[in-house]
Amino acid sequence: MTAVVPETKVTDVTAADPPPEIIPARHRRSPVKDYGALVGIAVLAAILLLWAPSSLSSFRLSNLGRYCALALASMGIGLAWGRGGMLVLGQGVFFGLGAYAMAMHMKLEVAGPEGVPDFMTLYGDGTMPVWWEPFRSGTFTVFAIIFIPAVVSLLMGWAILKRRVKGAYFAILTQAMAVAFAVLLEATGKETGGFNGLNTFSTVFGYNLFDPEVKQNLYRVAAGLVIVFLLILWQLYRSRYGELLVATRDAEERIRFLGYDPANIKLVAFVTAAVMAAVGGAMFVPIVGIISPLDVGASASILLVAGVALGGRTSLFGPVLGAIAVGYGRSTLSESFPTQWTYFLGGLFVVVILLLPGGVASIGSKLAGLRKREVLT
Amino acid sequence: MRAKRVLQPLVLVLALALFAAACGGSDEPEASSATETASSESTTTETETETASEVSDDICVEGDTVKLGFLNSTSGVMAISEQTVRDSLTLAAEEINADGGILGKQIEVIEEDGQSEPTIFAEKINKLLTEDEVAAVFGGWTSASRKAMLPVVEGANGLLFYPVQYEGLEASPNIYYTGATTNQQIIPAMDFLASEGVETLFLAGSDYVFPRTANKIIKQYAEELGIEIVGEEYVPLSSDDWTTQVAKIAEAQPDFVFNTINGSSNVGFIKAYDEAGLGPDNSPIISVSIAEEEAPSMGVDLTGQYASWNYFQSVQSDTNSTFIEAFQAKYGDRPTSDPMQAAYVGLYLYRNIVEKAESFCVEAVNAASDGVTFDAPEGLVTIDGSNHHIAKTGVIGQINADNQFDIVWTSGEPIEPDPFLEDYAWWDPNS
Amino acid sequence: MDALTTPFLTGTATGAILLMAALGLTLTFGQMGVINMANGEFLMVGAYVAYLTQQVISSAGVSIIIAIPIAFVVAGLLGLVLEATVIRWMYDRPLDTLLATVGVALVLQQLAKDIFGAQGDPVVLPGWLDARINVFGYEWPLRQLFTILLAVASLALLNALLRYTSFGRRIRATVQNRQLAETQGVPTRNVDRMTFFLGSGLAGVGGVAISLISGTNPTLGTSYIIPAFLVVVLGGVGQLKGTVLAAWGVGVATAFLTDWTSGSMAQVMTFALVVAMLTLRPQGLFTVRTRSLA
Repeated sequence: MTAVVPETKVTDVTAADPPPEIIPARHRRSPVKDYGALVGIAVLAAILLLWAPSSLSSFRLSNLGRYCALALASMGIGLAWGRGGMLVLGQGVFFGLGAYAMAMHMKLEVAGPEGVPDFMTLYGDGTMPVWWEPFRSGTFTVFAIIFIPAVVSLLMGWAILKRRVKGAYFAILTQAMAVAFAVLLEATGKETGGFNGLNTFSTVFGYNLFDPEVKQNLYRVAAGLVIVFLLILWQLYRSRYGELLVATRDAEERIRFLGYDPANIKLVAFVTAAVMAAVGGAMFVPIVGIISPLDVGASASILLVAGVALGGRTSLFGPVLGAIAVGYGRSTLSESFPTQWTYFLGGLFVVVILLLPGGVASIGSKLAGLRKREVLT
Repeated sequence: MRAKRVLQPLVLVLALALFAAACGGSDEPEASSATETASSESTTTETETETASEVSDDICVEGDTVKLGFLNSTSGVMAISEQTVRDSLTLAAEEINADGGILGKQIEVIEEDGQSEPTIFAEKINKLLTEDEVAAVFGGWTSASRKAMLPVVEGANGLLFYPVQYEGLEASPNIYYTGATTNQQIIPAMDFLASEGVETLFLAGSDYVFPRTANKIIKQYAEELGIEIVGEEYVPLSSDDWTTQVAKIAEAQPDFVFNTINGSSNVGFIKAYDEAGLGPDNSPIISVSIAEEEAPSMGVDLTGQYASWNYFQSVQSDTNSTFIEAFQAKYGDRPTSDPMQAAYVGLYLYRNIVEKAESFCVEAVNAASDGVTFDAPEGLVTIDGSNHHIAKTGVIGQINADNQFDIVWTSGEPIEPDPFLEDYAWWDPNS
Repeated sequence: MDALTTPFLTGTATGAILLMAALGLTLTFGQMGVINMANGEFLMVGAYVAYLTQQVISSAGVSIIIAIPIAFVVAGLLGLVLEATVIRWMYDRPLDTLLATVGVALVLQQLAKDIFGAQGDPVVLPGWLDARINVFGYEWPLRQLFTILLAVASLALLNALLRYTSFGRRIRATVQNRQLAETQGVPTRNVDRMTFFLGSGLAGVGGVAISLISGTNPTLGTSYIIPAFLVVVLGGVGQLKGTVLAAWGVGVATAFLTDWTSGSMAQVMTFALVVAMLTLRPQGLFTVRTRSLA
């Protein structure tokens, strides 16, 4: 009994369309319980923090570290898109802001106390833009990784959401921002490294990047942050705010009539998602050793969303598992089937979105007989 | 209801565990064995390197084969270019194996796909060096891919042979650069222009490190030569639309256009150039990235335009005809080009260095590399041990109706590599 | 004078290309709320049709004309297939069509890469277009004029179709109020299909025009899809006049900014301008009057 005939009123295309096939967030009577998820987090923590470091080679482990960095950004997308109904196609911007902040600091570490990053001498005139200067400080860098994306997303979100830009408009605008950001980076080669991006680091906060011990610890930090973010989201989802966010997604007008400002509710999710992406970006750089416009542009942003869609956008674990699966697939499947990988990725998008909009996470719920109660609209 | 609430997360956890098991499971045969061998091998290599200083006859590779990694993009936007490099590398490996291998060891090639993304290049070279423990890696194309691989190859103390002309200003002890640096391609091109009596020059490039650096050099050298730069335009790598910029060229009417555009943007540039009524008779182009392969794919007849390289298929030598014959016997009637030849040369140079050093160890290879030669299709090439570049002859070709290049100018003898342009008094890196 | 005419004319030609890319999107987005990210690949298909036609009919002057209707039909049929296999199942969640069609776009690109190779195949400029006319001192390439005329012709035909035929009336009825149209006996499903065919076909024609300015390669569509969507959004959904004005504006603005700054900065600044405009006028330059809330 799939509805073939479109019966929605598509006249107002800007309205956020409720995703009907998706299991509505949690239909709990009381938001206090749901400790089962904690068990899941514990299992994941055990796998990521205990099993993986002891049984994976350093190469596989650093790959997993990279997937974890991407998973941090994916979790933000889960919050903004899955719970908030905002399809964010430009998370690369915030991922990039965090990553470049970190990379600038690491570049200055290589350059030494008074030094200038090598590429500025090689390709520019050897002078450093003033705005690089504060990134010599590690404390400022950590602050900047959180603060800059937060402010940028706040301003951006405020301008967009307050004007009630929703649905497809929102998605396209965010994607345009990712494109513009990547082109901007390419156009400012002397200041940001351009298309080559920032690379050739040796230390992070004084720790030698080539030291196996440091590499392991970098992985541990990334994996640890995944767990921390999961706990934060778990708490957020079961809070009153979490309920409000889902309600805004499903029936924004009603929320407005109830006296809330939906823009503010969504803004909180948007900014949180941006900060999560930035932290992911900041972890990505020391683990991978390079950040370039290719890692922050439109297609990188879409790949992040792909992971979330695969894992399950509304589920707590979906985005994390999806990000790890897409990263793993990209590394491993592409080793054996380089061209087929693109077909596979493309097919995955279509099949998952078409048949399983709740992602892999929804299979479990369906099997458990907890199949959807219809979305209340 | 309560049961359900507990059940749902539990099912998720179960799915998670299944996923982890599936991942681990699929990974198991490969990864666990890989880690085993890796750990066992790493201990042996450790003892090896320890003993290497004492026992000089240890050569860092055991058994009858030597593992080499080929890391090129076989997918993504760079695939078409890098596949040609992969092909000529494969040819060189087969030839060397048929000829008895390196130090009597047959080459065992491990291929990886860089997917046209620097991040993936960094990941894959890490895999090749640490998991597969190859003796050397051959590949990379874009500057971004080389920059991404550089810290990894230095950190793992491996070897990389990079086959493409590039913007210079780099010399890593772990990388051998078998393509041209700027004083072997850009500067000869300028010398050629000066010899042609060119007075005005327009610079057109992609917004990328190679064009930006090349143009910086060109501008300084042009001042030295008394050539006036009448315009400088860049277009993002992702863009094909050159119409507005070409209008400026048409307005400036330069004697020559220096083209440092990368990849497929060349098509948009050449088409806009053609439709604006420009051509070899009024404002000819000299390119540094259009070779035999690209020339026929522009949709515009390029006859009469120029390119600066170190090798053309039309180079007359016995080694070149042997190379072309072998290549076309294996891959059909395809043209050979500079980067392909440079990659081919790289593998042979590696063999020659190793056989001189009688060892695959990185330190031994680096100690022996200075002065190693190879009678390449482009002519005799010699490694400069101080910067790991090779001395190459600069040649300028003019495209003929068969999309081949007629050689119109050469530097006569191999030019010593000077990646930092230290021997050029007019060069000021900080201007 | 030159400093003004050159960017103005080249910008208008760029705008014409953007318009061809955006027309199909305006129709499908406006009518069905479907966000078809694979529309860029229909441009690519059109460009490859131009290339293949030229392989068959060696005269470049003739083949480019023949390629136009073929590109329209081929891309249109592909659009129908896309509608029947993917889009039709998702009319109740239009936002998801965005992601699903991204997947379709990836598959189509890889398919083109496997069939034609990644290098790109050249389409030769026909001799009768290889000329220039002098406009206030600027030697304006005839190809640009051809692009503009092609866009204007497509637009005029589309406009006539929408305005004067019963099919056009049905489309307009469906856009304005789907339920009401259905109650009046408009077969909205068929209208949807035909709109999809029309929109995709127009992108195919745009592809023919693009094949004359750049290489015909598998990633050709990707550089146009996001600017095209910005044009649609800026113009106001379902509004032909808005789309035309927005495409023209974006084209000319980009050309002037390129002239004043650089190609890269011009792209960044155009995007920033469009985003800024949209925060001022979220519904675009023009809006359809509907009775819906918000």
